[in-house]
Amino acid sequence: MDQSDIAKLANLARLDINETTAAEVADSINGILGLVDQLQNADTDGIAPMAHPQDAQQRLRKDEVSEENVREQFQAIAPEAEQGLYLVPKVID
Amino acid sequence: MHQLTIRELAKGLRDKTFSSVELTQHYLDRIQQLDPAYNSFITVTSEEALSQAQAADERLAQGDDSVLCGIPMAHKDIFCTNGVKTSCGSKMLDNFVPPYNATVVDNFNRLGAVSLGKTNMDEFAMGSTNESSFYGAVKNPWDTNRVPGGSSGGSAAAVAALLTPAATATDTGGSIRQPASLCGVTGLKPTYGRVSRWGMIAFASSLDQGGPIARNAEDCAIMMQAMASFDNKDSTCMDHPIEDYSALLNKPLEGLRIGVPKEYFGEGLNADVASTIQAAIKQFEAMGATIKDITLPHNALAVPAYYVIAPAECSANLSRFDGVRYGHRCEQPADLMDLYKRSRSEGFGDEVKRRILVGTYALSAGYYDAYYSKAQKVRRLIKQDFMNAFDEVDVIMGPTATSTAFELGSLNKDPVSMYLEDIYTTATNLAGLPGISIPCGFVNGLPVGLQVTANYWREGQLLNLAHQYQQQTDFHRQTAPDVA
Repeated sequence: MDQSDIAKLANLARLDINETTAAEVADSINGILGLVDQLQNADTDGIAPMAHPQDAQQRLRKDEVSEENVREQFQAIAPEAEQGLYLVPKVID
Repeated sequence: MHQLTIRELAKGLRDKTFSSVELTQHYLDRIQQLDPAYNSFITVTSEEALSQAQAADERLAQGDDSVLCGIPMAHKDIFCTNGVKTSCGSKMLDNFVPPYNATVVDNFNRLGAVSLGKTNMDEFAMGSTNESSFYGAVKNPWDTNRVPGGSSGGSAAAVAALLTPAATATDTGGSIRQPASLCGVTGLKPTYGRVSRWGMIAFASSLDQGGPIARNAEDCAIMMQAMASFDNKDSTCMDHPIEDYSALLNKPLEGLRIGVPKEYFGEGLNADVASTIQAAIKQFEAMGATIKDITLPHNALAVPAYYVIAPAECSANLSRFDGVRYGHRCEQPADLMDLYKRSRSEGFGDEVKRRILVGTYALSAGYYDAYYSKAQKVRRLIKQDFMNAFDEVDVIMGPTATSTAFELGSLNKDPVSMYLEDIYTTATNLAGLPGISIPCGFVNGLPVGLQVTANYWREGQLLNLAHQYQQQTDFHRQTAPDVA
């Protein structure tokens, strides 16, 4: 992985990695990928991926309102909210 | 007062030796006086604590029979607390005051426990040294030039420094057991699904599990009883009967079958730690257990599998921090993309960014099968190793960590060497099993922890054997010279 790969990855992750640190970041990510590449030696033919330790399924519930609406409390901690809406910079001109 | 255990404090409250307000004030004074040296708290909630203590005193006067009523404790700053800043050790959440409580926090409040505040931690629980906290490193009470371990380093250090009788913590790859080991306290990581994750800020959702850190197994049992609950709000929480942990403590250990995996005593383990662990296992043998050599052949793949799965899940979980609804927002964003990127880049520290990048890579098109899917398959092999072992033995013993507490700054430059510190702990999380770390000796004046892993839902068994061991030994009663 080189600096241009890091730039692409950072964009996917919505992070800014500045040019001065990109080489250092690439080095450390390469180190980690070296570590995890050990997985490729494991024989996993016929083994199903395990997402939950006890292979439990997620519970479903009825589509009913169970909590009271506390929108105002949640929006009170937002960086910018107005009339029940979260504000962001203009998206469409 | 601060030398007493929860059980003893509960008796003191009922005997009116002291009130909860007096007890709480005593701990608050200690925190104010001693914590500047350890940095184990991010937020101390003196006013709220004293008003909770006052309410507890009223409940005690009415004859409340909850052991935790009026007992001071602390929450890792990963558990949301209504009206109290919950930072997760990150600049991203430095301004975050949740409008609700985590289920775990509600459980303690209902029982009348008194929260002294929120303990320091590695940023978003990512780290094994507690050096990645936005609020600065936590220092180990046994030697303040050394790390307390992580990510629940604040909880472990606060208990070790007798600044709180117990604290909540979380464990994704060893974050309860490893700091417990390095600080000489007892820490229990429960079965995945035992403790509600609702309101516990998510790092790796299929691995994260809350649990207690306390000075001994008896207190961990009391804490665990409060933490364990079925919760409909957490879709991964499991509806399984909850044992009476305190009632199980006194069961004799005759016939207990202990497995000792050869993989836990290989290269990388400090020789003095190894002999301390062997001596502890011998002690269990003297108490009636039988010892059997076993093998966990895929253990070496646990750290590689963990460092795919945990970053992958973290990259997904942390995508919610976008500067829009809560948390850090950059100044003067030029457009929406700039808002996302700068808010996240300013809010997250280096280790968190590194893991988000690794996770994003592992989940990106073309790499998913080679990394994430492969790691999930290896995860099943690791679980199968444990299941094979539990056909022959009841519990598995070995070291919690490769060494005693290491010096601050010695590992944080090289992520891979820090990740390899988790070699004995991550497999337990991948398999979702319960594990405990118990103080079992000292090397050069620094504590060593024995790790014990049991089959699913056997928290009671772990607490039982830890308690029996603590009846025969006094490692858990020793405290660092400066904290007494």
